[in-house]
Amino acid sequence: MKLTDLPAASAKTQGVGARLLRKEDARHLQGKGNFIGNMSMPGINEVAFLRSPLAHARISGVRIAQQAGPNVFLRESMSDAQDIIADSTLPSYQVSAQPPLAHGKVRYVGEPVAMAFAPTRAEAEDLTELIEVDYDDLPVYVDVGSALAATSNLIHDEWKDNVFVTLSANKEFDELAAQAEVVVTRKISLSRQCMLPMEGMAVMAYWDHQADQLVVYTSTQVPHLIRTGLAQFLGMDQEQIRVISPDVGGGFGYKCILQREELCVAWLAKTYRKPFRYLEDRREHLIAGANTREHHYEMTAYADKNGRLLALDAKVDINGGAYSVWPFTTGLEAGQALGNLPGPYAFKGYRCTTRCVATNKPGFLPYRGVARTGVCFAMELTMDALAREVGRETWEVRLENLVQPEQMPYVNVTNKHFDSGNYPASLRRALEMVDVEAVRQRQKRGEPDGRVIGLGVATYTEQSAHGTSVFAAWGTPVIPGFDQAVVRMTPDAGVELRVGVHSHGQGMETTFAQIVNEILGVDVDRVRMVHGDTGRTPYSTGTYASRSMVMSGGAVSTACKQLLPRLQKIAGHLMATEPGLIRFENGLAIAGDKSIPLAQVANAWYLNPHLLPANVDPAGLEVSVGYKPKTDTGSFSYASQAAVVAVDPGTGSIEILDYVVVEDCGVMINPMVVEGQAIGGIAQGIGTALYEEMPYDEYGQPLASTLADYVMPGATEVPNIRFDHFETPSPHTEFGAKGVGEGGAIAPPAVIFGAVNDALRQFGVEVSQTPLTPHRLMAALEGRHTRGGAAAQAGGAQ
Amino acid sequence: MKAAKFEYLRATTVEQALDALSAPGAACKVMAGSQSLGPMLNLRLARPESIVDVSGIEALRTVVESDKSLRVGAAVTHAEIEDGVFAPLRGHMLQDIAGRIAYRAVRNRGTLGGSLAHADPAADWVLAATALGADIEIVSRSGTRRVAMPAFMQGAYTTGLAADELIAAIHVPRQHAGVRWGYYKFCRKTGEFAEASCSAYFDAEARVARIAVGALDGAPCYLTELAGCVAEQGPQAADRESILAALDAVAPGKDAADRALRATVIERCLHQALGE
Repeated sequence: MKLTDLPAASAKTQGVGARLLRKEDARHLQGKGNFIGNMSMPGINEVAFLRSPLAHARISGVRIAQQAGPNVFLRESMSDAQDIIADSTLPSYQVSAQPPLAHGKVRYVGEPVAMAFAPTRAEAEDLTELIEVDYDDLPVYVDVGSALAATSNLIHDEWKDNVFVTLSANKEFDELAAQAEVVVTRKISLSRQCMLPMEGMAVMAYWDHQADQLVVYTSTQVPHLIRTGLAQFLGMDQEQIRVISPDVGGGFGYKCILQREELCVAWLAKTYRKPFRYLEDRREHLIAGANTREHHYEMTAYADKNGRLLALDAKVDINGGAYSVWPFTTGLEAGQALGNLPGPYAFKGYRCTTRCVATNKPGFLPYRGVARTGVCFAMELTMDALAREVGRETWEVRLENLVQPEQMPYVNVTNKHFDSGNYPASLRRALEMVDVEAVRQRQKRGEPDGRVIGLGVATYTEQSAHGTSVFAAWGTPVIPGFDQAVVRMTPDAGVELRVGVHSHGQGMETTFAQIVNEILGVDVDRVRMVHGDTGRTPYSTGTYASRSMVMSGGAVSTACKQLLPRLQKIAGHLMATEPGLIRFENGLAIAGDKSIPLAQVANAWYLNPHLLPANVDPAGLEVSVGYKPKTDTGSFSYASQAAVVAVDPGTGSIEILDYVVVEDCGVMINPMVVEGQAIGGIAQGIGTALYEEMPYDEYGQPLASTLADYVMPGATEVPNIRFDHFETPSPHTEFGAKGVGEGGAIAPPAVIFGAVNDALRQFGVEVSQTPLTPHRLMAALEGRHTRGGAAAQAGGAQ
Repeated sequence: MKAAKFEYLRATTVEQALDALSAPGAACKVMAGSQSLGPMLNLRLARPESIVDVSGIEALRTVVESDKSLRVGAAVTHAEIEDGVFAPLRGHMLQDIAGRIAYRAVRNRGTLGGSLAHADPAADWVLAATALGADIEIVSRSGTRRVAMPAFMQGAYTTGLAADELIAAIHVPRQHAGVRWGYYKFCRKTGEFAEASCSAYFDAEARVARIAVGALDGAPCYLTELAGCVAEQGPQAADRESILAALDAVAPGKDAADRALRATVIERCLHQALGE
C-alpha cells in the first residue's frame, strides 16, 4: 500500500515530492529551444547521403560524373576512419564491422553508400544523383527463418551463420514441467517499427582553432560516449574532441549509440577544418531507422489446474538487422529478453533460448523499454491464455503468481534482485480504479452501437539503473561505473550543477534543482544545470536504461550533502553559533531564532575571505563526487496497468475507453514528471500495439517510407490516462528513488491485446501480433468462419 | 529530401497560367495548395522544370449559383467550404465532407481543383464528385470543355487533363430538401487517407440514385444495380449479401477482411442517407 501519506511532500512547493512545473518547458513551448536545425555558422556546408536501394548486394562498381567535383566521398576516401566495431564477451557472439559508408556490399535498404556536401541540402542531394553504383544482387534475408536457413551468401561473409548471438537459460525446468496438470502454448510476435523522435539524427561539426579541437554538436543522449567513440574510430586522443548535445527533440534509444553519420560528419570537419551539418529527414529515418521491437516468441506454460505456473519454456527470436551497434551491441536486447521474460512472477522452472538473428534490415537498436516491451507482451498474453484454459479470470491467476510482498526482497528465476514493493496490491488497485464489476456488467448488457467491450491487465517490473556488474556480464565495449557530478555555489548563493547525463524530456533541469532545494534550501530558480557538453561536464555513460535520477541524481545529492558541513562552518562563524545547529531553508542559514542569508555565507568565501573562520575548508564551495548505489543489480520499479476498450467488429477499429496506471517508482522527486514520463511511454506503447509497423516485401524493400503509410498515434488516439502511485522506497538509492522513464512503454501492447482478446472471446478469436491494425482484427474475425469452432489464433507468423 | 530546382511563376490571371502551360517545350506543372504536389516535389517523384502557382487567381476562387447547379471555382480551399465562406455551399453535402478532409492545416491550403487533378483514389473530393455526378470545367488556350466526373478520372493519379489544360471549376447539383445523401469513410486514425469509403446520393425528384465506392485501386465505381434496387424498394434491399455481391462485381479479388470492412462502410453510408 501507499507507504505513507507524506503531508510534508504534498505541501511542498519546491523540494523532493513537489509537483513543480518544469523549468525547461518555457523555452520549448515558445519555440526558443536550441536545436541543431536552428544553428548556423559562416561557411557551413550541408551533407547528403546516397543510400542503398537494395537490401543485400555486392557493390561491383562506382562511377562519379565529372561535374560532381571533389565534394563527393566513398568509403575509400575516408582511409583514416575506422569501421565501427561493437564487440562483446558473450560466448556465442559474432562480431560485425559497420563501415562509416558501405564498403564491398550493402546489407539493408537505406544503408549509406556515399556522401556529398554543398552550401545547401538540395544541392548536396543533386550531387548524390551524379553517383552511379552498380550492384550484384544477393539473396535477401527478411525474416528469421530464411536467415537461419542460409548456409552461403551470409550477411557477414566471415561468419559461420546469420546469428549474432545465442543465449540460453535452464533452471529446474524438466523436474517442474513434469508436474504440470495444464500446458498452454502460444506463438506471439511484435512487428518491426521505427522510434520516430520528432527531431531525427542531427550533427554539426567544425574545427575550433582556438581550442585546437574538433567540436561536434550532435543530438544525442550520451555525449561522453560519442566523444569516446569518435576518438576511437577517428584515431584521435579523447581531449582532441569535444561533443555537445544541445536541446534534443526526443531520443528514446535511437540516440544512445554512435551513428555512422555522426562519424562521417565528424570526419569531414576533422579533414577540412570547416563546419559541416547533416540533418536526417523523415524519409531517411523511416527507411534506415526501422530498427526495433521485432521479436518472435514460442511460449509454453506448465501449470497446475488452478493456473499456478510451475515452469516456462520459451524460444525467442529477435530479428536483429544487419549490424550490431556501438556500444550496446545486439547482445543487450537478447540478454534483456532472456533475463526479463519471467517478469514479476514467482515460478521456479525456466528454460529459454534467445537468438538475435542477422537479417537485411537496419541494425537493431534498444527502444524505450528495450526487450521488456516484447517479453511483457509475450508473458502477459500467455498468462491470459493460461487463465482461460483453467476457467478463471486473468487477474485471479496473476494475483497468485506474482511475487508476494512478504517474499521481498526476492531473487527470481533469472537472478533478478527485486528490492521492494507490493505487486499484487498494485494490480488490485488498478482493478479497483477501472471498476471491474461495472465493466463485466456493461459487457453483459451489450452496446447499442454494436461494439464489444473488453478489459485487459498487465503487471511488470522495470529494472532501472542497473550498473557495472550487469553490463559486465553482457561484456559490452562500455560499462557504466560511477556517475560524477559537480556542485558549485556561486558568490550570491546560486548553485551550478555539472552532470554527465543529458536531459531531453526527463525534466532533470527541474528535478535535480528540487534535490538541491531539498538539501541546501536554495530556490529552484537559482539552480542551473549544465549538461550535454563534454568540455564542461564530468564523465558519464549518459542517459539510457532509466538510470539518470538514481545515478546522476544520486551524485548530485551526495555532492550537496558534502557541501553542507563546509557551509555550516562558515555560517557558524558568521552567526557565532555551533555549526552543527545550522540548517538551510529558503535561501537562509538558520539556527534557532537567528538566521543569515546563504548569500552572505557564499560572499564571505568568494569576496570577503577575511571574515572566514581559521579552520575553513580550503576546498571551498565546489564539490565533485562519483557515485553509484550500494547494489549494482538495479532498482526495480513496477506497475500494473489496465485498460477498457471498445472494438467495432464491423470495421476492426479499437477505441480505448479507459486506461489506468498504478505505478511504484519508489520516492518520486516530482510526481508530475513521473506521470509525464508514463504518459509519453504509453503513447509510444499504443503506437506499438495498434499503429506502428514497417512492413517489408520479399526483396527487403521497406513499404512505409512516408508518414502517409507509417501511422503513429496522435492526440485523438491517446486517451486520458489515470494514475495512482505507490511509493515504496528503494533501500539502495538516495531518497529511495528508482528509475521510471521506460515503464510506460512496457505494458500497453499486453494490456490492449488483453482487452481486445477479452472482447473477442465471444467470437472465439484471439490475436497475438502487433500492431493490431483494423485489417488484422478483421482478418481474425473473418477467419473464424473458415476455421470454425474453438479459440483460433491469428498472427504469430514469422 | 529537398526538391530539385524549378522555376516558379505566380499567376494572377487564368490567361497568364495558360500561357505558361502552353509555352513550347515547357515542362510546367500547376500548383494550387501544394498539399499533394509539395510532397511529390520534395520526394523528387515530380521534377517539373517550372511551376505555375494558380492559388492567387481570383477568377478561380468564386462560387456561383444558377437554377439547378453550383459552379465552384477550382482554387477554392477545403477550409473555405468547411467554414461556409460561400453562402451557396452552406448546408450542402460538400460542406460536411470538406470538414473531414485530412487535417485543418491541409484544408487551409488544399483546393478542390487540385484534389481532382491529382486523382488519388482515396481522395474525398474524387468520391464526392462521383456520387454527385459532377462536371469538370476545363480551360486551355483553345477554349473550354466539360467532362463528367466518372470519365474524367481514368485511373490512379491519371486524368484526362492535357499538359496545357487547367481545371477552372466543378459543377455540382444544387441540393434541395428532397435529396438524401450519405458519406462514410474508414480511416486508421483521424486525418489519414480512407481505407474504405462510400458516398450515396438519392434525388427521387430528378430520378437519380447513385452509390459510389471509393478508396479502390483506381477511380471510384458505381454500384448501379444496387442503387436502383434501393431507390425502388428502399434500404432493406441492401442487405449484407447484396452489398458483398455488388462489391465483388466492381472490385474483385479483395481479401476477406477488406471485403468485410468495405461492406460495413457501404452499409453505414446507406444508413446515413436513408435511415434504417
